[in-house]
Amino acid sequence: MADEIYQAPSVQEISDLLTDKFSGKVEITRTAERRVYAKAEKDSIYEVCRYIHDNLTFEQATSIMGNDMKDHMEVIYHLSNYFTGVMIELTVKLPADDLHIRSVAEIWGGGDWHERETYELFGIIFDGHPKLKRLLTPDTYEFYPFRKSYKLRGQE
Amino acid sequence: MMSRDIIDVKAETSALNTQKMWVIMGPQHPFSHGLWTLKAQLDGEIVVDAEPIIGYLHRGWEKECENRTYPKIIPMADRLCYAASMTYTHLYCMTVEKALGIDIPEKAKYIRIMADEICRIQSHLMWLAAVGTDLGNLTVFLWAMREREFFMDLNVRMCGARMTTNFPRIGGVRNDIDDEFAMFATRCVERFEKALWDIIAMVDDSSIFVSRMKGTGILTRERCANLGITGPAMRGTGVDFDVRRDDPYDNYDQMDFVVPVLKDGDSYSRYRVRIEEMFQSCKIIKQALQKVKAIGRNAPYRLKVPSKVPAGRAFMRMEDPRGESMMYLVSDGSEKPYRLKVRSPIFVNVSAAKPLVQGCRIADVPAVMAMIDMCLGETDR
Repeated sequence: MADEIYQAPSVQEISDLLTDKFSGKVEITRTAERRVYAKAEKDSIYEVCRYIHDNLTFEQATSIMGNDMKDHMEVIYHLSNYFTGVMIELTVKLPADDLHIRSVAEIWGGGDWHERETYELFGIIFDGHPKLKRLLTPDTYEFYPFRKSYKLRGQE
Repeated sequence: MMSRDIIDVKAETSALNTQKMWVIMGPQHPFSHGLWTLKAQLDGEIVVDAEPIIGYLHRGWEKECENRTYPKIIPMADRLCYAASMTYTHLYCMTVEKALGIDIPEKAKYIRIMADEICRIQSHLMWLAAVGTDLGNLTVFLWAMREREFFMDLNVRMCGARMTTNFPRIGGVRNDIDDEFAMFATRCVERFEKALWDIIAMVDDSSIFVSRMKGTGILTRERCANLGITGPAMRGTGVDFDVRRDDPYDNYDQMDFVVPVLKDGDSYSRYRVRIEEMFQSCKIIKQALQKVKAIGRNAPYRLKVPSKVPAGRAFMRMEDPRGESMMYLVSDGSEKPYRLKVRSPIFVNVSAAKPLVQGCRIADVPAVMAMIDMCLGETDR
Protein backbone atom coordinates (compact mmCIF):
# COMPACT_ATOMS: atom_id res chain seq x y z
CA MET A 1 0.00 0.00 0.00
CA ALA A 2 1.62 3.19 -1.19
CA ASP A 3 1.04 5.90 1.34
CA GLU A 4 0.26 9.41 0.32
CA ILE A 5 2.99 11.98 0.82
CA TYR A 6 2.00 15.21 2.52
CA GLN A 7 4.39 18.09 2.05
CA ALA A 8 2.71 20.55 4.37
CA PRO A 9 0.31 18.66 6.65
CA SER A 10 -1.77 20.63 9.12
CA VAL A 11 -1.83 19.87 12.84
CA GLN A 12 -5.22 18.17 12.48
CA GLU A 13 -4.01 16.02 9.57
CA ILE A 14 -0.90 14.97 11.47
CA SER A 15 -2.80 13.87 14.55
CA ASP A 16 -5.42 12.02 12.47
CA LEU A 17 -2.84 10.27 10.30
CA LEU A 18 -0.65 9.22 13.22
CA THR A 19 -3.63 7.91 15.18
CA ASP A 20 -4.94 6.01 12.13
CA LYS A 21 -1.68 4.53 11.04
CA PHE A 22 -0.24 3.63 14.43
CA SER A 23 -3.27 2.96 16.60
CA GLY A 24 -2.16 1.68 19.97
CA LYS A 25 1.45 2.64 19.33
CA VAL A 26 1.17 6.42 19.15
CA GLU A 27 -1.05 8.47 21.39
CA ILE A 28 -1.66 12.16 20.69
CA THR A 29 -1.69 13.82 24.10
CA ARG A 30 -2.52 17.36 23.00
CA THR A 31 -2.24 19.77 20.12
CA ALA A 32 -1.66 23.50 19.98
CA GLU A 33 -1.00 26.03 17.27
CA ARG A 34 1.81 24.54 15.14
CA ARG A 35 2.50 21.89 17.81
CA VAL A 36 1.65 18.21 18.13
CA TYR A 37 2.50 16.42 21.36
CA ALA A 38 2.51 12.66 21.24
CA LYS A 39 3.63 9.59 23.14
CA ALA A 40 5.09 6.65 21.28
CA GLU A 41 5.88 3.04 22.13
CA LYS A 42 9.54 2.18 22.40
CA ASP A 43 9.45 -0.74 19.94
CA SER A 44 7.76 1.16 17.13
CA ILE A 45 9.86 4.33 17.25
CA TYR A 46 11.75 3.57 14.06
CA GLU A 47 8.61 2.97 11.96
CA VAL A 48 6.92 6.05 13.39
CA CYS A 49 9.94 8.22 12.65
CA ARG A 50 10.28 6.73 9.18
CA TYR A 51 6.65 7.56 8.46
CA ILE A 52 6.96 11.10 9.87
CA HIS A 53 10.06 11.71 7.76
CA ASP A 54 8.97 10.08 4.51
CA ASN A 55 5.24 10.75 4.37
CA LEU A 56 4.74 13.84 6.49
CA THR A 57 7.95 15.56 5.22
CA PHE A 58 9.47 16.35 8.58
CA GLU A 59 12.94 16.94 7.21
CA GLN A 60 14.76 17.86 10.37
CA ALA A 61 15.22 16.34 13.82
CA THR A 62 15.62 19.53 15.79
CA SER A 63 16.55 17.81 19.00
CA ILE A 64 16.76 14.39 20.58
CA MET A 65 17.19 14.49 24.33
CA GLY A 66 17.15 12.26 27.35
CA ASN A 67 15.40 12.86 30.64
CA ASP A 68 15.84 10.96 33.88
CA MET A 69 12.55 10.63 35.78
CA LYS A 70 14.24 8.52 38.52
CA ASP A 71 11.97 5.44 38.11
CA HIS A 72 12.25 5.47 34.33
CA MET A 73 14.02 7.32 31.54
CA GLU A 74 12.58 9.23 28.63
CA VAL A 75 13.80 10.04 25.16
CA ILE A 76 12.13 13.10 23.67
CA TYR A 77 12.21 13.83 19.94
CA HIS A 78 11.43 17.22 18.47
CA LEU A 79 10.81 17.03 14.73
CA SER A 80 10.13 19.96 12.48
CA ASN A 81 8.62 20.62 9.09
CA TYR A 82 10.17 23.35 6.96
CA PHE A 83 7.01 24.13 4.98
CA THR A 84 4.61 24.89 7.81
CA GLY A 85 6.72 25.44 10.93
CA VAL A 86 4.86 22.61 12.70
CA MET A 87 6.75 20.68 15.35
CA ILE A 88 6.03 17.19 16.66
CA GLU A 89 7.15 16.28 20.15
CA LEU A 90 7.44 12.52 20.59
CA THR A 91 8.01 11.19 24.08
CA VAL A 92 9.18 7.62 24.54
CA LYS A 93 9.32 5.93 27.93
CA LEU A 94 12.21 3.59 28.68
CA PRO A 95 12.10 1.26 31.69
CA ALA A 96 15.10 1.73 33.97
CA ASP A 97 16.30 -1.86 33.49
CA ASP A 98 16.27 -1.80 29.66
CA LEU A 99 17.80 1.39 28.30
CA HIS A 100 17.84 0.35 24.65
CA ILE A 101 16.11 2.12 21.79
CA ARG A 102 16.44 1.95 18.01
CA SER A 103 18.58 4.72 16.55
CA VAL A 104 17.06 7.17 14.05
CA ALA A 105 20.41 8.51 12.86
CA GLU A 106 19.94 6.91 9.44
CA ILE A 107 16.63 8.73 8.96
CA TRP A 108 17.92 12.14 10.05
CA GLY A 109 21.64 12.70 9.69
CA GLY A 110 21.38 15.51 12.22
CA GLY A 111 20.19 13.06 14.85
CA ASP A 112 23.61 11.41 14.98
CA TRP A 113 25.26 13.69 17.50
CA HIS A 114 22.08 14.21 19.51
CA GLU A 115 22.00 10.47 20.13
CA ARG A 116 25.68 10.34 20.98
CA GLU A 117 25.17 13.12 23.48
CA THR A 118 22.17 11.41 25.04
CA TYR A 119 24.16 8.18 25.28
CA GLU A 120 27.11 9.70 27.06
CA LEU A 121 25.10 11.84 29.46
CA PHE A 122 22.32 9.36 30.33
CA GLY A 123 23.61 5.96 29.31
CA ILE A 124 20.75 5.31 26.91
CA ILE A 125 21.94 2.95 24.19
CA PHE A 126 20.79 3.62 20.65
CA ASP A 127 20.86 0.33 18.75
CA GLY A 128 22.10 0.63 15.21
CA HIS A 129 23.88 3.94 15.70
CA PRO A 130 26.94 4.21 13.41
CA LYS A 131 29.33 5.40 16.10
CA LEU A 132 28.10 5.40 19.67
CA LYS A 133 31.05 6.91 21.50
CA ARG A 134 31.52 9.68 24.01
CA LEU A 135 31.44 13.13 22.48
CA LEU A 136 31.60 15.89 25.07
CA THR A 137 33.07 14.09 28.08
CA PRO A 138 36.46 12.29 28.14
CA ASP A 139 36.54 8.72 26.87
CA THR A 140 37.72 7.52 30.27
CA TYR A 141 34.50 8.49 32.07
CA GLU A 142 32.74 5.52 33.56
CA PHE A 143 29.62 7.30 34.77
CA TYR A 144 26.71 9.15 33.18
CA PRO A 145 26.75 12.66 34.62
CA PHE A 146 23.22 13.83 33.79
CA ARG A 147 21.49 11.02 35.64
CA LYS A 148 19.76 12.11 38.81
CA SER A 149 21.79 9.57 40.78
CA TYR A 150 24.91 11.61 39.96
CA LYS A 151 24.88 14.41 42.52
CA LEU A 152 26.53 17.78 42.23
CA ARG A 153 27.95 19.65 45.20
CA GLY A 154 24.97 21.33 46.85
CA GLN A 155 22.50 18.62 45.80
CA GLU A 156 23.07 16.73 49.10
CA MET B 1 34.65 26.92 -14.62
CA MET B 2 34.88 25.93 -11.00
CA SER B 3 33.42 22.47 -11.49
CA ARG B 4 35.81 21.63 -14.32
CA ASP B 5 38.62 22.76 -12.10
CA ILE B 6 37.67 20.29 -9.37
CA ILE B 7 37.34 17.41 -11.82
CA ASP B 8 40.81 18.12 -13.21
CA VAL B 9 42.37 18.05 -9.76
CA LYS B 10 40.58 14.83 -8.84
CA ALA B 11 41.86 13.12 -11.97
CA GLU B 12 45.37 14.29 -11.19
CA THR B 13 45.40 12.94 -7.63
CA SER B 14 44.04 9.54 -8.56
CA ALA B 15 46.86 9.19 -11.08
CA LEU B 16 49.43 10.06 -8.42
CA ASN B 17 48.33 7.12 -6.27
CA THR B 18 49.66 8.54 -3.01
CA GLN B 19 49.06 7.23 0.48
CA LYS B 20 46.15 8.80 2.31
CA MET B 21 47.12 10.89 5.30
CA TRP B 22 45.33 12.23 8.39
CA VAL B 23 45.89 15.92 9.14
CA ILE B 24 44.80 17.12 12.55
CA MET B 25 43.73 20.76 12.64
CA GLY B 26 43.18 22.11 16.13
CA PRO B 27 42.33 22.52 18.95
CA GLN B 28 44.68 25.49 18.77
CA HIS B 29 44.61 26.44 15.15
CA PRO B 30 43.95 29.79 13.44
CA PHE B 31 40.98 28.38 11.57
CA SER B 32 39.14 26.87 14.52
CA HIS B 33 37.90 30.09 16.26
CA GLY B 34 37.71 28.37 19.59
CA LEU B 35 38.73 24.98 20.86
CA TRP B 36 37.79 22.17 18.55
CA THR B 37 39.58 19.78 16.26
CA LEU B 38 38.98 18.78 12.70
CA LYS B 39 40.64 15.56 11.63
CA ALA B 40 40.85 15.52 7.87
CA GLN B 41 42.01 12.62 5.73
CA LEU B 42 43.78 13.78 2.61
CA ASP B 43 44.32 12.14 -0.72
CA GLY B 44 46.93 14.43 -2.21
CA GLU B 45 45.28 17.78 -1.71
CA ILE B 46 41.66 16.62 -1.63
CA VAL B 47 39.83 15.92 1.64
CA VAL B 48 38.29 12.46 1.46
CA ASP B 49 37.19 12.01 5.06
CA ALA B 50 36.80 14.29 8.04
CA GLU B 51 35.81 14.06 11.66
CA PRO B 52 35.13 16.97 14.00
CA ILE B 53 36.02 16.54 17.67
CA ILE B 54 34.45 18.79 20.28
CA GLY B 55 34.06 18.80 24.05
CA TYR B 56 37.07 20.80 25.19
CA LEU B 57 34.76 23.43 26.69
CA HIS B 58 32.12 21.15 28.18
CA ARG B 59 31.19 22.45 31.61
CA GLY B 60 27.90 20.68 32.28
CA TRP B 61 25.76 23.76 31.77
CA GLU B 62 22.47 21.87 31.79
CA LYS B 63 23.33 19.95 34.95
CA GLU B 64 24.50 23.14 36.63
CA CYS B 65 21.07 24.69 35.98
CA GLU B 66 19.38 21.95 37.97
CA ASN B 67 21.19 23.33 41.01
CA ARG B 68 20.06 26.95 40.68
CA THR B 69 16.85 28.92 41.11
CA TYR B 70 15.21 30.24 37.96
CA PRO B 71 16.45 33.88 38.08
CA LYS B 72 20.01 32.75 38.74
CA ILE B 73 20.17 31.02 35.36
CA ILE B 74 19.79 34.31 33.43
CA PRO B 75 23.44 35.43 33.80
CA MET B 76 24.53 31.88 32.99
CA ALA B 77 22.51 31.91 29.79
CA ASP B 78 24.43 35.02 28.73
CA ARG B 79 27.61 33.01 28.75
CA LEU B 80 26.37 30.36 26.35
CA CYS B 81 27.26 32.57 23.43
CA TYR B 82 29.29 35.64 24.18
CA ALA B 83 28.98 37.16 20.69
CA ALA B 84 25.19 37.38 20.89
CA SER B 85 24.43 37.04 24.57
CA MET B 86 20.90 38.43 24.61
CA THR B 87 19.44 35.81 22.32
CA TYR B 88 19.99 32.90 24.69
CA THR B 89 18.80 34.87 27.70
CA HIS B 90 15.74 35.84 25.70
CA LEU B 91 15.12 32.20 24.80
CA TYR B 92 15.49 31.08 28.40
CA CYS B 93 13.07 33.75 29.66
CA MET B 94 10.55 32.85 26.95
CA THR B 95 10.71 29.18 27.91
CA VAL B 96 10.06 29.90 31.58
CA GLU B 97 7.26 32.32 30.68
CA LYS B 98 5.68 29.61 28.54
CA ALA B 99 5.87 27.19 31.46
CA LEU B 100 4.32 29.83 33.74
CA GLY B 101 1.68 30.57 31.13
CA ILE B 102 2.05 34.33 31.27
CA ASP B 103 1.95 36.96 28.55
CA ILE B 104 4.50 39.73 28.92
CA PRO B 105 3.84 43.45 28.21
CA GLU B 106 3.94 44.57 24.59
CA LYS B 107 6.71 47.02 25.26
CA ALA B 108 9.02 44.33 26.62
CA LYS B 109 8.43 42.25 23.49
CA TYR B 110 9.57 45.06 21.21
CA ILE B 111 12.57 45.88 23.39
CA ARG B 112 13.58 42.22 23.26
CA ILE B 113 13.20 42.14 19.50
CA MET B 114 15.44 45.18 19.27
CA ALA B 115 18.01 43.61 21.57
CA ASP B 116 17.96 40.42 19.52
CA GLU B 117 18.52 42.20 16.26
CA ILE B 118 21.36 44.30 17.69
CA CYS B 119 22.95 41.05 18.79
CA ARG B 120 22.37 39.51 15.37
CA ILE B 121 24.24 42.34 13.69
CA GLN B 122 27.05 42.09 16.24
CA SER B 123 27.34 38.37 15.74
CA HIS B 124 27.33 38.62 11.95
CA LEU B 125 29.98 41.35 12.06
CA MET B 126 32.13 39.21 14.32
CA TRP B 127 31.72 36.40 11.78
CA LEU B 128 32.64 38.73 8.91
CA ALA B 129 35.77 39.81 10.80
CA ALA B 130 36.70 36.17 11.36
CA VAL B 131 36.17 35.31 7.71
CA GLY B 132 38.37 38.25 6.78
CA THR B 133 41.30 36.94 8.79
CA ASP B 134 40.69 33.37 7.59
CA LEU B 135 40.98 34.44 3.99
CA GLY B 136 43.85 36.83 4.55
CA ASN B 137 42.02 40.10 4.20
CA LEU B 138 42.86 42.05 7.34
CA THR B 139 41.05 45.22 6.28
CA VAL B 140 37.71 43.41 6.41
CA PHE B 141 38.56 42.35 9.95
CA LEU B 142 39.32 45.90 11.05
CA TRP B 143 36.32 47.47 9.33
CA ALA B 144 33.87 44.88 10.60
CA MET B 145 35.19 45.18 14.15
CA ARG B 146 34.91 48.96 13.94
CA GLU B 147 31.25 48.74 12.91
CA ARG B 148 30.61 46.23 15.65
CA GLU B 149 31.87 48.72 18.21
CA PHE B 150 28.94 51.07 17.49
CA PHE B 151 26.49 48.29 18.26
CA MET B 152 28.39 47.50 21.44
CA ASP B 153 27.81 51.11 22.41
CA LEU B 154 24.12 50.61 21.78
CA ASN B 155 24.23 47.67 24.19
CA VAL B 156 25.82 49.92 26.79
CA ARG B 157 23.11 52.53 26.33
CA MET B 158 20.41 49.92 26.55
CA CYS B 159 21.57 48.02 29.61
CA GLY B 160 25.00 49.14 30.78
CA ALA B 161 27.12 46.20 29.62
CA ARG B 162 28.91 45.44 26.39
CA MET B 163 29.01 41.67 26.03
CA THR B 164 27.39 39.68 28.83
CA THR B 165 24.38 41.91 29.14
CA ASN B 166 22.10 40.17 31.68
CA PHE B 167 19.19 42.16 30.27
CA PRO B 168 16.00 40.12 29.63
CA ARG B 169 14.09 39.01 32.70
CA ILE B 170 11.43 36.39 33.28
CA GLY B 171 8.34 38.55 32.68
CA GLY B 172 9.94 41.34 30.69
CA VAL B 173 13.22 43.20 30.53
CA ARG B 174 15.36 44.71 33.28
CA ASN B 175 14.93 48.37 32.36
CA ASP B 176 13.07 50.57 29.95
CA ILE B 177 14.91 52.31 27.14
CA ASP B 178 15.05 56.09 27.21
CA ASP B 179 14.44 58.66 24.47
CA GLU B 180 18.14 59.11 24.00
CA PHE B 181 18.50 55.47 23.10
CA ALA B 182 16.02 55.81 20.25
CA MET B 183 18.01 58.73 18.90
CA PHE B 184 21.34 56.92 19.09
CA ALA B 185 19.94 53.70 17.71
CA THR B 186 18.44 55.41 14.67
CA ARG B 187 21.68 57.23 14.00
CA CYS B 188 23.77 54.08 14.46
CA VAL B 189 21.58 51.96 12.20
CA GLU B 190 21.43 54.58 9.46
CA ARG B 191 25.16 55.00 9.58
CA PHE B 192 25.69 51.27 9.46
CA GLU B 193 23.49 50.78 6.42
CA LYS B 194 25.87 53.02 4.51
CA ALA B 195 29.05 51.63 6.04
CA LEU B 196 28.11 48.06 5.22
CA TRP B 197 28.24 48.95 1.53
CA ASP B 198 31.92 49.83 1.93
CA ILE B 199 32.62 46.37 3.31
CA ILE B 200 30.54 44.68 0.60
CA ALA B 201 32.36 46.63 -2.09
CA MET B 202 35.73 45.61 -0.70
CA VAL B 203 34.83 41.93 -0.37
CA ASP B 204 33.14 41.60 -3.73
CA ASP B 205 35.97 43.43 -5.48
CA SER B 206 38.55 41.09 -4.03
CA SER B 207 39.05 38.14 -6.35
CA ILE B 208 40.90 36.26 -3.59
CA PHE B 209 37.86 36.45 -1.39
CA VAL B 210 35.25 35.61 -3.98
CA SER B 211 37.07 32.84 -5.80
CA ARG B 212 37.73 31.00 -2.54
CA MET B 213 34.08 31.17 -1.54
CA LYS B 214 32.41 30.43 -4.88
CA GLY B 215 31.81 26.77 -5.55
CA THR B 216 33.15 25.42 -2.25
CA GLY B 217 31.26 23.58 0.46
CA ILE B 218 28.34 22.72 -1.80
CA LEU B 219 25.38 20.84 -0.34
CA THR B 220 21.99 20.13 -1.84
CA ARG B 221 18.84 21.43 -0.19
CA GLU B 222 17.64 17.95 0.88
CA ARG B 223 21.01 16.94 2.30
CA CYS B 224 21.29 20.20 4.21
CA ALA B 225 17.83 19.76 5.73
CA ASN B 226 18.53 16.16 6.63
CA LEU B 227 21.81 17.00 8.33
CA GLY B 228 19.97 19.50 10.51
CA ILE B 229 22.01 22.51 9.44
CA THR B 230 20.08 25.64 10.40
CA GLY B 231 20.41 29.38 10.21
CA PRO B 232 22.09 31.40 7.46
CA ALA B 233 24.04 28.32 6.35
CA MET B 234 20.74 26.58 5.66
CA ARG B 235 19.14 29.56 3.92
CA GLY B 236 22.19 29.84 1.70
CA THR B 237 21.50 26.25 0.64
CA GLY B 238 17.92 26.84 -0.46
CA VAL B 239 15.82 25.88 2.58
CA ASP B 240 13.22 28.61 2.90
CA PHE B 241 12.67 28.64 6.64
CA ASP B 242 13.10 31.19 9.38
CA VAL B 243 11.65 30.69 12.85
CA ARG B 244 10.99 34.42 13.11
CA ARG B 245 8.67 34.29 10.12
CA ASP B 246 7.31 30.73 10.08
CA ASP B 247 6.90 30.06 13.80
CA PRO B 248 6.88 33.58 15.27
CA TYR B 249 7.60 34.26 18.91
CA ASP B 250 7.12 37.51 20.83
CA ASN B 251 5.95 40.06 18.26
CA TYR B 252 7.92 39.07 15.19
CA ASP B 253 4.66 38.50 13.32
CA GLN B 254 4.05 42.26 13.54
CA MET B 255 7.34 43.06 11.86
CA ASP B 256 7.84 43.57 8.17
CA PHE B 257 11.02 41.92 6.93
CA VAL B 258 12.24 39.63 4.18
CA VAL B 259 13.98 36.30 4.74
CA PRO B 260 16.86 36.05 2.26
CA VAL B 261 17.13 32.62 0.63
CA LEU B 262 19.68 31.65 -2.02
CA LYS B 263 19.76 28.37 -3.87
CA ASP B 264 23.41 28.06 -4.90
CA GLY B 265 24.39 26.20 -1.76
CA ASP B 266 28.03 27.24 -1.71
CA SER B 267 30.03 29.37 0.71
CA TYR B 268 29.46 32.53 -1.29
CA SER B 269 25.67 32.29 -1.02
CA ARG B 270 25.96 31.71 2.74
CA TYR B 271 28.04 34.87 2.93
CA ARG B 272 25.47 36.82 0.93
CA VAL B 273 22.59 35.59 3.08
CA ARG B 274 24.34 36.88 6.20
CA ILE B 275 25.02 40.27 4.62
CA GLU B 276 21.36 40.59 3.60
CA GLU B 277 20.25 39.55 7.09
CA MET B 278 22.16 42.48 8.55
CA PHE B 279 20.19 44.89 6.35
CA GLN B 280 16.94 43.21 7.40
CA SER B 281 17.94 43.47 11.07
CA CYS B 282 18.44 47.22 10.61
CA LYS B 283 14.94 47.39 9.19
CA ILE B 284 13.49 45.49 12.15
CA ILE B 285 15.31 47.70 14.70
CA LYS B 286 13.86 50.82 13.10
CA GLN B 287 10.34 49.37 13.13
CA ALA B 288 10.66 48.25 16.74
CA LEU B 289 11.80 51.72 17.77
CA GLN B 290 8.65 53.17 16.19
CA LYS B 291 6.46 50.65 17.99
CA VAL B 292 8.05 51.36 21.37
CA LYS B 293 7.56 55.07 20.77
CA ALA B 294 3.90 54.52 19.90
CA ILE B 295 3.29 52.51 23.10
CA GLY B 296 4.39 55.47 25.19
CA ARG B 297 6.79 56.15 28.00
CA ASN B 298 4.82 55.01 31.03
CA ALA B 299 3.74 51.61 29.75
CA PRO B 300 4.86 48.62 31.84
CA TYR B 301 7.92 46.72 30.68
CA ARG B 302 8.13 43.99 33.30
CA LEU B 303 5.75 41.78 35.22
CA LYS B 304 6.16 40.35 38.67
CA VAL B 305 6.37 36.59 38.36
CA PRO B 306 6.18 33.82 40.95
CA SER B 307 9.47 32.18 41.89
CA LYS B 308 8.05 28.67 41.54
CA VAL B 309 7.14 27.25 38.16
CA PRO B 310 4.18 24.82 38.14
CA ALA B 311 4.99 21.22 37.32
CA GLY B 312 4.95 20.56 33.61
CA ARG B 313 6.93 20.85 30.42
CA ALA B 314 7.48 23.65 27.98
CA PHE B 315 9.72 24.34 25.04
CA MET B 316 10.43 27.30 22.84
CA ARG B 317 12.55 27.76 19.79
CA MET B 318 14.00 30.90 18.31
CA GLU B 319 16.17 32.11 15.48
CA ASP B 320 19.61 32.66 16.90
CA PRO B 321 22.12 34.53 14.70
CA ARG B 322 23.71 31.15 13.98
CA GLY B 323 20.66 28.98 13.54
CA GLU B 324 17.73 27.53 15.34
CA SER B 325 18.13 27.26 19.10
CA MET B 326 15.69 25.59 21.40
CA MET B 327 15.22 25.08 25.13
CA TYR B 328 13.15 22.40 26.78
CA LEU B 329 12.18 22.81 30.41
CA VAL B 330 10.93 20.08 32.72
CA SER B 331 9.62 21.52 35.96
CA ASP B 332 8.61 19.64 39.10
CA GLY B 333 6.89 22.56 40.80
CA SER B 334 9.88 23.68 42.83
CA GLU B 335 11.96 26.82 42.39
CA LYS B 336 14.68 25.00 40.49
CA PRO B 337 14.33 23.39 37.07
CA TYR B 338 14.19 19.61 37.01
CA ARG B 339 15.86 19.49 33.62
CA LEU B 340 16.75 22.20 31.12
CA LYS B 341 17.90 21.12 27.70
CA VAL B 342 19.58 23.46 25.25
CA ARG B 343 19.55 22.71 21.56
CA SER B 344 22.49 24.59 20.17
CA PRO B 345 22.54 25.28 16.42
CA ILE B 346 26.31 24.99 16.07
CA PHE B 347 26.38 21.62 17.81
CA VAL B 348 24.42 20.20 14.88
CA ASN B 349 26.00 22.36 12.19
CA VAL B 350 29.51 21.22 13.11
CA SER B 351 28.45 17.58 13.08
CA ALA B 352 27.89 18.11 9.35
CA ALA B 353 31.56 19.02 8.86
CA LYS B 354 32.31 15.81 6.98
CA PRO B 355 29.81 16.27 4.13
CA LEU B 356 30.73 19.95 3.95
CA VAL B 357 34.46 19.55 3.45
CA GLN B 358 34.50 16.23 1.62
CA GLY B 359 35.82 16.68 -1.87
CA CYS B 360 37.24 20.15 -1.42
CA ARG B 361 40.91 21.04 -1.12
CA ILE B 362 42.61 21.30 2.26
CA ALA B 363 43.23 25.00 1.64
CA ASP B 364 39.48 25.58 1.29
CA VAL B 365 38.62 23.93 4.61
CA PRO B 366 38.98 27.17 6.65
CA ALA B 367 36.75 29.05 4.19
CA VAL B 368 34.08 26.35 4.22
CA MET B 369 34.04 25.92 7.99
CA ALA B 370 34.03 29.69 8.52
CA MET B 371 30.57 29.78 6.96
CA ILE B 372 29.28 27.74 9.90
CA ASP B 373 30.31 30.55 12.28
CA MET B 374 31.70 28.46 15.12
CA CYS B 375 30.97 29.37 18.71
CA LEU B 376 32.18 26.80 21.21
CA GLY B 377 30.44 28.23 24.27
CA GLU B 378 27.08 26.97 23.07
CA THR B 379 28.36 23.90 21.25
CA ASP B 380 29.96 22.23 24.24
CA ARG B 381 27.71 23.74 26.89
